[in-house]
Amino acid sequence: MCGLAGLIHRGGTADIGGEMREMLQSLRHRGPDSTGFALYGAGGGAGEYVMRVKLAEQADFARGFGVHEDIRGRREQFESRLKERGAKVAGIDDATEYACRASFSFSGDAKELTAYLEDIPGVEILSLGASLELIKDLGDAGEVCERYGLAGFAGTHAIGHTRMATESDVDIRSAHPYWAYPFSDISVVHNGQLTNYWSFRRALERRGHRFMSNCDSELIAVYVADRMDRGDDLDSAMRRSVGELDGVFTYIVATRDSLGMAKDVMAAKPMVLYEGGDFIAMASEEVAIRSIFPHEIETCDPYEGEVMAWQTH
Amino acid sequence: MANALKTDAGESAKTERLAGRSQQIFFLPEEEENFLYPEAAEVDFEKKATFDAAEMNAREINRKIRALMAEGAGSIRMENPGAKHSVAVGILNRLKLEIAGSLGYFGCGLSDGPVITVTGRVGWSCAENMMSGVVVVEKNAGSTFGAAIRGGDLVCRGDVGGRTGICMKGGTVIVGGRAGAFSAFMMQRGRMVILGDAGINLGDSMYDGTIYVGGKIASLGVDAVPADMTETDIGWLSAKLALYGMEAPNGLENLTKIVAGKQLWNYDSLEPSEKKLVL
Repeated sequence: MCGLAGLIHRGGTADIGGEMREMLQSLRHRGPDSTGFALYGAGGGAGEYVMRVKLAEQADFARGFGVHEDIRGRREQFESRLKERGAKVAGIDDATEYACRASFSFSGDAKELTAYLEDIPGVEILSLGASLELIKDLGDAGEVCERYGLAGFAGTHAIGHTRMATESDVDIRSAHPYWAYPFSDISVVHNGQLTNYWSFRRALERRGHRFMSNCDSELIAVYVADRMDRGDDLDSAMRRSVGELDGVFTYIVATRDSLGMAKDVMAAKPMVLYEGGDFIAMASEEVAIRSIFPHEIETCDPYEGEVMAWQTH
Repeated sequence: MANALKTDAGESAKTERLAGRSQQIFFLPEEEENFLYPEAAEVDFEKKATFDAAEMNAREINRKIRALMAEGAGSIRMENPGAKHSVAVGILNRLKLEIAGSLGYFGCGLSDGPVITVTGRVGWSCAENMMSGVVVVEKNAGSTFGAAIRGGDLVCRGDVGGRTGICMKGGTVIVGGRAGAFSAFMMQRGRMVILGDAGINLGDSMYDGTIYVGGKIASLGVDAVPADMTETDIGWLSAKLALYGMEAPNGLENLTKIVAGKQLWNYDSLEPSEKKLVL
């Protein structure tokens, strides 16, 4: 089933961490398996990056006492490889034992850097970008927000997801949002099923893209990023996806300065939209929007095949 | 109101009593003792009650409505419904209910008798399986609006989502604005009035019933075909829309009428196993 939420503040920042927590917590009944946040903060200048990294799955902790030692080893190797490639590391914060956040400046090939870091067994880059911070873990929104200290996160826009696993496992690698590797600052959340997943995945793999999970939602992130890499803007990439991707889906994409949503041609999956002047919020159910807007507001359901996009300014 | 209609179908049109085989029971106006459920609460429309649903969950809200009806309150106002799901469901009673705000999924479902006004928006499957009564939504509605209703009037003054009136078996659905894809999908009986535009595959695989559309139709579904408007249609529409103060954008006579082409009707053909018996 899955619950989606997205919000964008136009021309200003707000506590998007706290707002997204409220929205996702009210969608908990749509899927309690895992929760993910893609938060877009102020961001640094040219060449400044934030990277969110996963060093192990929670399930790995059941595989013996040596796992803690292994994770420390991965963490050290991560840091040394980052420096080896010429990144000037400003800091690495350990959010949990198995996830960390690195901020650094870097002027080389980001794709090559990512591939080199992911070459360490067990390491997955959850996100890379100037302003994107992608946090996902098992548990509901309250637990994940608490664990990673997301309340009070100031930013312009965010997307989030509560997951009910249907197509793949309950683990962090199959949790949403998905970062559109290797493109900075692009993330996707999705509700639905894609039926032409494998044919598109093989085509995209032949074009050099990497897939970390067997979750069909990851395809959307890679697909949109691939289209944008070929010169499409966000809007036209999404419009093309509505015709080419088969199945039932509603998804939200965020880039550094914009937010977009698309629905399949049957409108099989829900989405409720609120468009205020400087603030736009959308979610699978209106209760999520009500969690941050208790008073009466005008909301509507986007229609079949509809694609919409908003800019932060 | 029904008496004012000029119809050539006589009694059956006056009482909405349908001919043919049906599991549905239609009562004549004189059979008044059958109009209420045996366990229905005696309510007085003059007796008013108001409650705040902000801190209540769906079950508590629905129990509150029943408790107020048991006390005889016939006009109930609910404040701050907060777009919660499954609110105001299963009301099998005479009741005037005003919901000041928006509902989530399955609002006002499984009802038989109440007159409900929602001042906000409703989520998916509003009034699904309604048997009789009236539900009026002042703003927009989500998908599967009025799924499988058997009777009553379901009105949305704004836009509705896809699959509106899916599998409806009677009653009336009126949409003031636009309706999404696959509206009236597998419709079996009843009437749907869409004053704005209709999405793709309107009336797909409909068995019977009538659809009236004021705006553009993106496309018709399988076996949904246009038909001529008659005096009966216009008489019924003008009386029905007047009840809710609604008007067709280009006049009633310019509505497009859609009915089943009946090309998918195979009621007389035998199943393979039955053929063996006959032969």
